[in-house]
Amino acid sequence: MYSDKVMDHFSNPRNVGEIENADGVGQVGNAKCGDIMRMYIKVDNDIITDVKFKTFGCGAAVATSSMATELIKGKPISEALKLTNKAVIEALDGLPPVKVHCSVLAEEAIKAAIKDYYDKNGIAHDIEAPGCSCDSCCGSCEVH
Amino acid sequence: MEKRFVYADNAATTRVRPEVLAKMLPYFTEHYGNPSSLYSIGRDSAVAIMQARKTVADCLNCDPNEIIFTSGGSESDNMAIFGMAKKRGRGHIITTKIEHHAVLHTVQALEKEGFEATYLDVDSDGIISLEQLENSIRDDTILITIMYANNEIGSIQPISEIGAIARRHKIPFHTDAVQAAGHLKIDVQAQNIDMLSLSAHKFGGPKGTGVLYVRRGINPKNFILGGAQERGKRAGTENVAGIVGTACALSMALAQVDTVSARVSAMRDRLIDGILGKIPYTRLNGGRKNRLPGNVNVSVEYIEGESLILMLDLNGVCASSGSACTTGSLDPSHVLLALGLSHEVAHGSLRLTINDENTDEDIDYILQVLPQVVDKLRAMSPVWENRPDNR
Repeated sequence: MYSDKVMDHFSNPRNVGEIENADGVGQVGNAKCGDIMRMYIKVDNDIITDVKFKTFGCGAAVATSSMATELIKGKPISEALKLTNKAVIEALDGLPPVKVHCSVLAEEAIKAAIKDYYDKNGIAHDIEAPGCSCDSCCGSCEVH
Repeated sequence: MEKRFVYADNAATTRVRPEVLAKMLPYFTEHYGNPSSLYSIGRDSAVAIMQARKTVADCLNCDPNEIIFTSGGSESDNMAIFGMAKKRGRGHIITTKIEHHAVLHTVQALEKEGFEATYLDVDSDGIISLEQLENSIRDDTILITIMYANNEIGSIQPISEIGAIARRHKIPFHTDAVQAAGHLKIDVQAQNIDMLSLSAHKFGGPKGTGVLYVRRGINPKNFILGGAQERGKRAGTENVAGIVGTACALSMALAQVDTVSARVSAMRDRLIDGILGKIPYTRLNGGRKNRLPGNVNVSVEYIEGESLILMLDLNGVCASSGSACTTGSLDPSHVLLALGLSHEVAHGSLRLTINDENTDEDIDYILQVLPQVVDKLRAMSPVWENRPDNR
């Protein structure tokens, strides 16, 4: 059972799409596992001025992507990096236990996009390449 | 197009027929006696069960004493399989890779207890090979349990041929006919079926009630112990209203099975052709032939099944999927994987199951709504741009 908030973000997802000439793009997940998230960010003066996502996945995957973009839009990068999957779950009024990995993917997708932005601009960082949150399914997730 | 409610998940459950409900209702408040009691209202209940047993036996072409009423398909499957295993103590069981979990998990539990099992493959249409079946039979094979028709892809197994093989080797043959009963003609004598499970709510009867047919002489070991109900084969005060409803629903379904099957099959084929014609990158799971009249199962590539189901629901259409996300696990349907589908494609499966309550307008509506929903989800999907004709 999904909360009303999850259903709202699934049926009217915020920030769907792509950003042309994005400053950072991050993709996590694997079609084999049934979830792929790709995040695009536009950065101006260390502020995430715009964010968009594309997601292949279940209702929770779409809703966590949507909520995660809402939570980081207009925020400084330092703050976006602190976003946890727990915060995404709380903002959605909870997720069924089997769907928690979707929120982890959302957190990782954001980190992957910021890492891409840092790498492209030669900014030193200590963001590790996001791991795979769904190893219990196939153990072969690709991180781009 | 105006939004409508279309129930297209009849393999999950069906609406109780109003006539069935009417037959059941007196057994809650009027004829509420315990069938085991000696006084008249108890006898009324006992007579109702006796008549229901005769009706069900006639529908399957067996003796009323070979009918055991149960709480549904899962109990019937468990009773048949555990019952034979416990009777024999050890040995080998043959089943298939595409069984319902009520069979699969039961056989797997027995494997943990030391029984051995062979899981037959299916071809790309979801049908077993009789040759592989015959080659799998061993001296210590104690049971063959093969489903009549599959719940996900609707494939109908060659039950008469399987029955003949089992009979020739003198091995008891159980079939989980939960999806077939009420939709296909079944004759346990002609088809050499020794045990058969069915569930009332799949053909217009109530939930929580089912049947296990057990051929005389097979005698699986008792599963639920207690009173002497069901001739000592299944303890527990009978679900009188449920039993009455089961018999009524089964006889009503079979009374018009030929005309209903023709009409529903025609709607099914229009739905399949419409989906495959209107939506690129879709494929039918299971074959065109030997398919349940009401079953449509397609893979919609580049999207995930649960999203599809949720978005169809927002548009009034009830359907289901074999995607991992709807199975509560992280793996997609074992049935679709057994057909040879990749995980990626199996995640995007959609099952629409119609019956005689559906109309041509329902089919039109699904064919209108589904392409829009698929377009919307594909536009959101990061893998859609990888499709071959976009490169």
